[in-house]
Amino acid sequence: MTEWFMMASWSPYIVGAGIGVLIWTSFLFSDRPLGCSTAYAKTAGMVESAISQKKSEKMPYYQKFTPKVDWQWMLIIGVVIGAFLSAYLSGTFTLLIVPPLFAASFGTDPIIRSAVALLGGILMGIGARWAGGCTSGHGMSGTLQLSVASWVAAICFFAGGILIAGLIYGFSFI
Amino acid sequence: MVFEQLRSNDRAQIVLGLLTGIVFGFLLQKGGVTEYSVIIGQLLLTDFTVIQVMLSAVIVGMIGVYAMKGAGLARLHCRMGSVGATVIGGLIFGAGFAILGYCPGTAAGAVGSGAMDAAIGMVGIAIGAGIFAHLYPYLSRSVLNRGTFPAETIPELVGVRPWIVVIVIAILIAGFLYMLTILGF
Repeated sequence: MTEWFMMASWSPYIVGAGIGVLIWTSFLFSDRPLGCSTAYAKTAGMVESAISQKKSEKMPYYQKFTPKVDWQWMLIIGVVIGAFLSAYLSGTFTLLIVPPLFAASFGTDPIIRSAVALLGGILMGIGARWAGGCTSGHGMSGTLQLSVASWVAAICFFAGGILIAGLIYGFSFI
Repeated sequence: MVFEQLRSNDRAQIVLGLLTGIVFGFLLQKGGVTEYSVIIGQLLLTDFTVIQVMLSAVIVGMIGVYAMKGAGLARLHCRMGSVGATVIGGLIFGAGFAILGYCPGTAAGAVGSGAMDAAIGMVGIAIGAGIFAHLYPYLSRSVLNRGTFPAETIPELVGVRPWIVVIVIAILIAGFLYMLTILGF
């Protein structure tokens, strides 16, 4: 058993099945799908209400997604902890700023990678809230409920991603 | 329902959210999908780990959630989408996905694995969500409701019993995953 937890990686099918079961528990115990992007909107709302509570309270979006610590917000904290436990137990925890694949094409300058990550993150944050979910909320929790919007969203996530990744790194299939 | 009390207990839900996150993060890291190269590899179509994880989760999750729904233990949480919201938002998300190399969940997992660029990405996602919150009143009047989809769920769209769609999609996903192994992924 302990050896299993110390393995560097598990079969993607086992991991996926595990996530599927985890989604059952979130429907059963919390009456909600497993999604990650709402927490970011709540965090933005918390920062804005710390700066000016009056202004943020008037914003319709933060009336819809109340900025507070709840299930969804704790989920993200849990993901950081869970991934750390997994990486630590398997001895694969490595501090890095520039991933090797990025460094091979764009160099090892941490400022460049940080700027790119910030820009990508901003686009992703806008897109996730625009579409009403992310790779987990739409891509898994929504598609498994057979939601039309979630299947369309998941296809668009990958269509946009494949196009831009190809423009950045070159299309492998051409 | 037995679970109503638990579901409305805010404190218990905070603990459950944390526990769910810990298991989710552990699984994402063990699956390798918290790595930049694995996510970019998926978008370059050279590594299919992300799709294998997601589709396995969909098969298992779908059967369980529909079984629980049938037993009156769970309800669906589908929302109506539209071309203006789902397609445009999805494509913007996809661009961010390729540029960042993580998604909102796997970025948190990557931070736990030591990738500090993912932490900057998380700050970016929160900034992006904040920008959207400011644009929301304008966007909801102009684009978000353009081209509303005709139904919330696929069974409603095609007009058949949900279980038939569950079985068909499970077979299609299993076939697709099998095809990936034949192709050597």
